[in-house]
Amino acid sequence: MATRIPHAIPDALLGSADDAASAPTKTVRMPVGVPGFTLHEEERTVPASEPPVLPVNKDLHYIGKSVERWDGHAKVTGRARYTADVQLPGMLYARFVSATLPHAKILSIDTSEAESHPGVKGVHVIEKLLGSAVLRDPSLEQSRYPLVRYVGQPVAAVAATTPQAAVDAAAKVKVRYETLPFVVDQDLARQPNAPLVFPGAADQAGTAGGGGSASGIAQTGNIHGPAVHKRGDAQQGLKEADVVIDARYTTQVQTHSALETHGAVADWKPDLLTVWSSTQGTASVREELAAYFQLPISKVRVITEFMGGGFGAKFGAGNPGVVAAALSRKTGAPVRLMLDRQEEHLSVGNRPSSDQRLRIGAKSDGSITAIQLISYGTAGCGTGAGCAGPATNLYKSGSLHTEENDVFINAGPAAAFRAPGHPQGAFALEQSIDELAERLKLDPLDLRDRIDENPVRRVQRQVIRESAIWKSRNPKPNADTGPIKRGIGLSQSVWYRMLAMNSAAEVRVHKDGSLEVLSAVQDIGSGIKTAFAQILAEQFGVAPAQVEVKIGDTNYPVGPNSGGSVTTLSITPAVRDAAWQASQKFLASIAPSLGVGAGELTLTGGMVRSASGKFQPMAFRAAAARMNTDQVSAQARRIPDYDPKKYDTYGGIDVAEVAVDTETGRIHVKHVYSVHDCGRPINPAQVISQINGGVIQGISYTLFEHRLLDPNYGIMVNSNLDKYKTVGALEIPKIEVVLTECYLGQSSTDASGIGEAAGIISTGAAIANAFYNATGVRIRQLPMTPAVVLAALNQPLPQSEAL
Amino acid sequence: MNSFSLADCTTVEAALSQLKNGAVIKAGGVDLLDRMKNGTDQPTRLVNIRNIAELRGIHETPDGLSIGALTTLAEIAENPAIRSQYTILADACGHAATPHIRNMATIGGNVLQELQCWYFRSAEFQCIRKGKDQCFAFSGLNQYHAIMDYGGCPSVAPSSGAVALLALDATIELKSASGSKRNVAIKDFYVQPDANPHRFNVKAEDELLTAIHIPKPAAGTRSAYQKYGEKESHDWAIADAGILLEMDGNICKRAVVAMGAASPVVRRSAEAEAALAGKPISMETAKAAGQASMTGAMPLSMNGYKVQLFPVAIYRTILLAAGQMERDPSAAG
Repeated sequence: MATRIPHAIPDALLGSADDAASAPTKTVRMPVGVPGFTLHEEERTVPASEPPVLPVNKDLHYIGKSVERWDGHAKVTGRARYTADVQLPGMLYARFVSATLPHAKILSIDTSEAESHPGVKGVHVIEKLLGSAVLRDPSLEQSRYPLVRYVGQPVAAVAATTPQAAVDAAAKVKVRYETLPFVVDQDLARQPNAPLVFPGAADQAGTAGGGGSASGIAQTGNIHGPAVHKRGDAQQGLKEADVVIDARYTTQVQTHSALETHGAVADWKPDLLTVWSSTQGTASVREELAAYFQLPISKVRVITEFMGGGFGAKFGAGNPGVVAAALSRKTGAPVRLMLDRQEEHLSVGNRPSSDQRLRIGAKSDGSITAIQLISYGTAGCGTGAGCAGPATNLYKSGSLHTEENDVFINAGPAAAFRAPGHPQGAFALEQSIDELAERLKLDPLDLRDRIDENPVRRVQRQVIRESAIWKSRNPKPNADTGPIKRGIGLSQSVWYRMLAMNSAAEVRVHKDGSLEVLSAVQDIGSGIKTAFAQILAEQFGVAPAQVEVKIGDTNYPVGPNSGGSVTTLSITPAVRDAAWQASQKFLASIAPSLGVGAGELTLTGGMVRSASGKFQPMAFRAAAARMNTDQVSAQARRIPDYDPKKYDTYGGIDVAEVAVDTETGRIHVKHVYSVHDCGRPINPAQVISQINGGVIQGISYTLFEHRLLDPNYGIMVNSNLDKYKTVGALEIPKIEVVLTECYLGQSSTDASGIGEAAGIISTGAAIANAFYNATGVRIRQLPMTPAVVLAALNQPLPQSEAL
Repeated sequence: MNSFSLADCTTVEAALSQLKNGAVIKAGGVDLLDRMKNGTDQPTRLVNIRNIAELRGIHETPDGLSIGALTTLAEIAENPAIRSQYTILADACGHAATPHIRNMATIGGNVLQELQCWYFRSAEFQCIRKGKDQCFAFSGLNQYHAIMDYGGCPSVAPSSGAVALLALDATIELKSASGSKRNVAIKDFYVQPDANPHRFNVKAEDELLTAIHIPKPAAGTRSAYQKYGEKESHDWAIADAGILLEMDGNICKRAVVAMGAASPVVRRSAEAEAALAGKPISMETAKAAGQASMTGAMPLSMNGYKVQLFPVAIYRTILLAAGQMERDPSAAG
């Protein structure tokens, strides 16, 4: 069956097998499956240069163990240097001037008063805006400056000797506008006579993290779409169904709200532009800056030593990066431009809303005959609101028809956001699947066993079936009689194996036994530095803390951009290959002094051994002193997956237990039991930490977060972290994570990423299904605030509403 | 935030002498700095009173309590005498904002904090409370706004502490630069928007709030306060209830039912109080009082749910005060 990667994911992320064609190969046997359930061996033909097959985690020393986070001490002591901590001699502080109207043409910008403000060294007026959708036919708009399409759109920026001078001077930039009619309500924007956000068809390019939309999609008024995807004949499938579940679901716009805002420090020198950036992709920032300023890529260096959070919105230089660089070029001084919280909410991305009509047809035995999804969502003045991923990829046995529409409104453009489209899509799909189970009088797990053949999900369902939380579930909804009702529900998730071939690393061995690993890849907080240290530790038998991990700098070998859960699965095999090759060079380097041939030596468990037993096993560090040069090094790049024909999805199942206060409308999430597939976990504690974070972010999205735009002025009224509500410590439940360690036989580490599948996709639907179990009422709207909950309880929607 | 100068004062007299030419008092700095960061307030001179030792502390007197204006919410919440005899105040102070803020925020600043309406807090909106003639909430986003007694401004009273102080019949002590001192009953301290939309309270610009005096509750008094938000961690009240019951055995001789998040100024519900007076406290009477509290409610376009929520907050807090119910998990923050 053909598999569709959600169209939001750029094809460039997919691996290519081309360059593996002519290399010598060997045949190996690899562990495949889930230990304790389905583990077995399979044969793979791999390049002869690949390291020996890595055994399963229980047979390893450092890989697969929860070793301490490599840079944890630096982070908790404040020693870690984030972008906003970078201080350069003579550095200037920049501040954006932002649009105050939701839709306007800029007639003139007067910077004279700002330029004469004490301390101001330069003012930059933006003539090319990044991030928003752009007109296919630019001649439809004649304007010197980019049209203003949302409140908070950057218009200009000021660089000054102090942050305060920059703030004061920014207020003195005078922008004259011609106001244009605007629309910020998605439903109003869909109406035929709505004000037009764009005068013609417009598209937003995706980033390395996804988002954006396919170009060439039809556009009518503000509706960009539909993007139609079909598998079989869904109309026929619905006709053949014994049961059709038909419902409408709506979800809100969520902003990213990473702790660290977007920003950069740019230092433009004649021979090199150096940029420190809060980014998920040093490579993506370097590429965009080189293209924007027409510099050779070699003249741009990007550094990200530490990241304060990135959920998909931090790819490329973006407006902050290019404006900081432009101001640095103009002033001849380094320039720091970090956004404040309001700018962060308004101008650098968000998760689009959705308004979905979902129809699922099934036979009375549960087999699905058709899934039909028609969705509208707004990505502001961008595109990327599609949410058909779960409907397309979770249950694939029936026919499929999806139509995804973007609705333009006068609000900041969306950006990729942790599993783009999937929390929205799963919120609808997994509720309707539960509803189908109830209609057919089937257990939710049993129905999913019938319609989902993924072998790992099957194991996960078995784990859940045997869990205490699921056993404590009363299958009868609304069983509690008091005002506070308990309920338990679950939801599945799906994500995809995507490989970034731009993944390389260098490993160096020094004569004193010290080790270095270098790559441009950045650690966005999930712990790839620690994984690198563990891989070298495993190869050389030293403690992970003794490995120097140098990453987040484009001076090092190319690294992947961290989006779509690609980092660990893409880069760790390159690191292991480089470590293995460096170890072979190391043995060759010490062999002469030991009077043996290199082929006779092995380095295992941290010990150099001789096959002939000519000398006692020697510790790696002692052996290093015998190197015949001061350093040996090896660089390796990612090779394609061992079995590129095999296509894998990832996912998990989250079970939520809630207490619904039916009088206050409050939902208290008491317990989340999270069973997740993560390939080979290199560091289980870090994997669990990411899943904890995904579940917490999922609760926040489900219950609280909501970008609110005033309908009359187009201004976001909650653009801070006081009134934009995010989950807090008191709302975080007991979270229990079970990792389904899983081997695929695909690479020298066989590790996978977990960022997307980790909780964020399935928490909303799990809570909604638990809510139904508690109350007997379906809640099909996010966020589930007291107002929404009380409305649902007061006036229960019919189980299947017709639109 | 704009540039400003700072005068650091260690005596009341020194601070009072600074209160001229638009100088603004800074105590804990919690609310003031928020407004300055939002750009809604741009004072050029701040008078820091945080280091005036004589304004800090809780003193028990024969008549009741005297609380220095700089006493922090955390100090009040932890004070054993307040916890046992003025429980409603310990509850209100102990569940405001977050632990960090409660360590910084003073009771004086808490009762003087300004409205939390998001239009009022945005520099982009020049509303009726900022000297203009328009309210943006009626036709805009009003899910957290007032449901009664709002006149031309449906913002809600932001101070949890003030709800408790209203129930306790507290008085606010004000000293002025001229040397005069006055005590204002808290029920007369706040200004209804229709009486004067540009003033929130009766404190003059040259006056300093120095202390809060609370009479000793009658024997048999039990009290409690609960704040309901959309979440427990750091949220503003969408409903709240300050309950004070003077009990004679199982009979409630006198009841006080106070609310903050229903109206622009903290208010008592005469209807709810009447529903309890002379009756035993039970689920039935508590719920009747809760329902009575919504007499005259006129919800806006998006906040009808608050009319459903307040009676619940009130009945559960009555039962909490009476010792018939645990603290509500929905009001744990």
